[in-house]
Amino acid sequence: MTVQERPGAAYRPTPPPAWKPRTDPAPLLPDPEPYRVLGTDAAAGADPELLLRLYAELVRGRRYNAQATALTKQGRLAVYPSSTGQEACEVAAALALEQRDWLFPSYRDTLAAVARGLDPVQALTLLRGDWHTGYDPHEHRIAPLSTPLATQLPHAVGLAHAAHLKGDDVVALAMVGDGGTSEGDFHEALNFAAVWRAPVVFLVQNNGFAISVPLSKQTAAPSLAHKAVGYGMPGRLVDGNDAAAVHEVLGEAVARARRGGGPTLVEAITYRIDAHTNADDATRYRGDSEVEAWREHDPIRLLETELTGRGLLDEDAVRAAAEAAEAMAARLRERMNADPVLNPMDLFEHVYAEQTGQLREQAAQLRAELDAESGEGAHGAEGDAR
Amino acid sequence: MSTATARQAKPATMAQALQRAMRDAMAEDPAVHVMGEDVGTLGGVFRVTDGLAKEFGEDRCTDTPLAEAGILGTAVGMAMYGLRPVVEMQFDAFAYPAFEQLISHVSRMRNRTRGAMPLPITVRVPYGGGIGGVEHHSDSSEAYYMATPGLHVVTPATVEDAYGLLREAIASDDPVVFLEPKRLYWSKADWSPDAPAAVAPIGRAVVRRTGRSATLITYGPSVPVCMEAADAAEAEGWDLEVVDLRSLVPFDDETVCASVRRTGRAVVVHESTGFGGPGGEIAARVTERCFHHLEAPVLRVAGFDIPYPPPMLERHHLPGVDRVLDAVARLQWEAES
Repeated sequence: MTVQERPGAAYRPTPPPAWKPRTDPAPLLPDPEPYRVLGTDAAAGADPELLLRLYAELVRGRRYNAQATALTKQGRLAVYPSSTGQEACEVAAALALEQRDWLFPSYRDTLAAVARGLDPVQALTLLRGDWHTGYDPHEHRIAPLSTPLATQLPHAVGLAHAAHLKGDDVVALAMVGDGGTSEGDFHEALNFAAVWRAPVVFLVQNNGFAISVPLSKQTAAPSLAHKAVGYGMPGRLVDGNDAAAVHEVLGEAVARARRGGGPTLVEAITYRIDAHTNADDATRYRGDSEVEAWREHDPIRLLETELTGRGLLDEDAVRAAAEAAEAMAARLRERMNADPVLNPMDLFEHVYAEQTGQLREQAAQLRAELDAESGEGAHGAEGDAR
Repeated sequence: MSTATARQAKPATMAQALQRAMRDAMAEDPAVHVMGEDVGTLGGVFRVTDGLAKEFGEDRCTDTPLAEAGILGTAVGMAMYGLRPVVEMQFDAFAYPAFEQLISHVSRMRNRTRGAMPLPITVRVPYGGGIGGVEHHSDSSEAYYMATPGLHVVTPATVEDAYGLLREAIASDDPVVFLEPKRLYWSKADWSPDAPAAVAPIGRAVVRRTGRSATLITYGPSVPVCMEAADAAEAEGWDLEVVDLRSLVPFDDETVCASVRRTGRAVVVHESTGFGGPGGEIAARVTERCFHHLEAPVLRVAGFDIPYPPPMLERHHLPGVDRVLDAVARLQWEAES
């Protein structure tokens, strides 16, 4: 067989169809430095009223964290994941939303829910243990606090997408920690959001640790905000302890989502001053000097310095904010010290719209057990005589 | 069925009945949205969603990114906002990435919020073997779903039930795992969606064939097997009753136990593994409730306790007529002991 006879010899390879990137990634990339407002020239443009409101909420939030932690020591809460040090993210998240918008918090974001107006006691039922969610999510437009990591993010996307399909002007804000960005649901949620151009904002609170695992062991990405580029959405880096900066960046992202611009990934660099929860020993994985350095960059102090420097805050105003926070804590303490009234028969309610035959049988069994118990209470150890 | 209805009835496959159920539900209620991988332009790999995107638009019948957790997770958010998502998982084993969403959120959102946030989601899962599928295309995953409180688990065995049960599932305010026996997709029946008896309520079993000697308790893809076994058993002098569960959760103790009390003998038949499988639960329930009526232990005919086998060997794994008849023979307990 000669070369000429070989089948396909006349074939000349053609170049592949032209490939081009789907969008210019440059505008999607975060700035190399986290965005800051307080202590910079940008602070001059900040609304004094907003700053004062943020300040009051931060002080209240700090006190809330301290009170909730104290309640764990008294056995009133099973556990409390403190957001001390992260109050700027929590508060700015809540204040960046309109009433009609939705918040999808993680288990650490009790404070965001409270700053959004949720009753502090209702916000704590999950952690107290009397019921998983103590509020009607539709009433406050706050999804239940999510314990599994990042699984609430696709919910936020779906809700935002549904609202968009219905023509409603609703934005969803989904909060997640740095550890949560490693979960598969984080990826799927961001991908769905970008493909659907859903009006949703993802806020990663990068507080340095997923329980004990530092960010360096969590990701090899230059920043978590960089991950946005791969999905085709803008990534933004912000100083998470700078309440004015977080509010501005989140506000822009929310506005962008609202006008049909699609999702944004915001990474807020912050620090968890307390341990993961009251059950965690943070000294095993980080040193005092690191914590002290972050204490110097405290969100309340940053804002206080700015406000004082501009003559917007005097000693009386500081005291007033502290007193308001103290009053909130006292009310919370008092209400949490009252034992919740529980009805064990609630166990069988709300499993299904209509109880199944199996559940009716089990409810009858528990009813009988409860009747026997109350009988024992009234007549002594009658049951033993049987 | 009246003569008039019978005249309207035409041969239809189970796949067509399922498609019609979604179409009718979408036409009646704008909140019903179908979503999943390939459900739009392609009409699903089994063509069960054929034509829905064309008729209702891509916003109502949506091709999603290829991500099962994302499909179900976004459906949760859509349901939170008042939609009634019907999601397709394409194949049984493809649903496993969505398990966390199903177990951690879909099944318990109503309970977690004390009824404030029910999730009316239908999760369609083509399941089971017998179609010559390669690995991960033939699993019977019903036991996983059954073990999760908060989910309804249903599976049709006939064209009529495919339509009726899917309409019920979509109308349900609770999440329903809707298991579609994929080897019955092409089974045909003379059927009209206008037939008045089309809708079967979730939670009710049906006696497919009455008999006096023993009860075959079965569902989904094993129903035709049991019907055939019952026909064959007639020659042996066995008059078998066949109960099609249709709904695994909630479980219809009443119909099942009434049958077993009549016959005194029972065999549970399914493709899923025997150990830790649905048959163990069903046998225990029947024994607890009908012990004094039983002439023999409740037997199970199930798939072997092995990972689903490669297609060239699956006929040895799947419970067939002979294996059912062998079990029926073993029900002559007194004669053996």
